[in-house]
Amino acid sequence: MVEENQAEHHHHGSELSEMTLRVRALETILTEKGYVDPAVLDRIVETYETKIGPRNGARIVARAWVDPDFKRALLAEATKAVATFGQVGPVGDHLIAVENTPRLHNMVVCTLCSCYPTDLLGLPPVWYKSAPYRSRSVKDPRGVLAEFGVHLPAATEIRVWDSTAETRFLVLPMRPAGTDGWAEEKLAGLVTRDSMIGTGLPTRPGELP
Amino acid sequence: MNGVHDMGGMDGFGKVEPEANEPVFHAPWEGRVMALMRAMGAAGAWNLDMFRDAREHQPAAYYLMSSYYKSWAKSIETLMLGRGIASGDEIEAGHARTGLAAANDKMLEPAGVRSALKRGTYARPARASARFAIGSRVSVKNMHPATHTRLPRYARGHIGTVEGIHGCHVFPDSSARGLGEDPQWLYTVVFDGRELWGADADPTLRVSIEAFEPYLESA
Repeated sequence: MVEENQAEHHHHGSELSEMTLRVRALETILTEKGYVDPAVLDRIVETYETKIGPRNGARIVARAWVDPDFKRALLAEATKAVATFGQVGPVGDHLIAVENTPRLHNMVVCTLCSCYPTDLLGLPPVWYKSAPYRSRSVKDPRGVLAEFGVHLPAATEIRVWDSTAETRFLVLPMRPAGTDGWAEEKLAGLVTRDSMIGTGLPTRPGELP
Repeated sequence: MNGVHDMGGMDGFGKVEPEANEPVFHAPWEGRVMALMRAMGAAGAWNLDMFRDAREHQPAAYYLMSSYYKSWAKSIETLMLGRGIASGDEIEAGHARTGLAAANDKMLEPAGVRSALKRGTYARPARASARFAIGSRVSVKNMHPATHTRLPRYARGHIGTVEGIHGCHVFPDSSARGLGEDPQWLYTVVFDGRELWGADADPTLRVSIEAFEPYLESA
């Protein structure tokens, strides 16, 4: 299938302005009827663009790497552990953290729509919501991982979590080798968004720019 | 419903193509669509399950060929029409012809945005004890409702193991139809890859779904 956004950008050049007009019409009607306040819409957009994003998740992961008690709490009851961490915004129920180990690699998908721990990691990338990812990750996760440049040992067990209800999953990736003694903040710089979805691995120290 | 949205295990969609340095929104209207959806949810105009149901009922070709937020905009329009919030004439004109009968006191205020973007809880008090326990072998029902469900097709008819119990949650199959929350026990059910995909499946693969109790039977 032609990738969704490419279809719009390349084949229907006028569609962006058509969409701008259509969405403006919906917003105008709902504002006039008292359902929404445009200032609120501005703030929602701004919050997603500047306040909620993968950096919040990276801080949680880095804390779990340096603090065994926090890690235990996170794996036991993630929503509560994130609330006690306190340095990221409010994260709701029902967050579940799953740990990668040398024997087990976790990967998260929503085959039915786009469920994602949005209040922790921000809005999902286009590929997470796309048909190729949703269709194949439950059946051929190694093939999907290869497209992300991730090649796991053949013996590593792969566990795919399909987010079919209002539970949300955060992958706790393995701490890279060669980071002994690193400060939490520096470790957070190694945690990529994709490593918390399970389609990537954390940046290794030697890969840092 | 057995819609094209239920994609798990389908072939033919091509490669996953991650975009480097992807922006949060690819055009300003996408952000407005996301914000409208969140604000209307907070105002109680419809629930999450109704929104998903509206999107799933889009014609299959439209669903596949529309970008995510274009499809969302269509869902918002569908719900505005279907729930009597606006008329087709109004959407055509881009303006309200009639206002609300009463002021909407649930309208989201700027100060409430940050907490509105925190996920709400869908857990509800249990009305009965859980039928299954951790470790229970369960068979997923062979069911094909024409209405909204969160049971993916690829799991139906297969046998798995209960690995987690998350309490009772709002039952989307009921909530999407405006029939109330009808809370049901929610489980993580894990399947061996070969149980789902046959002998050729990756032998190291296990897949789990989040399954509501009415989807399951004792195996």
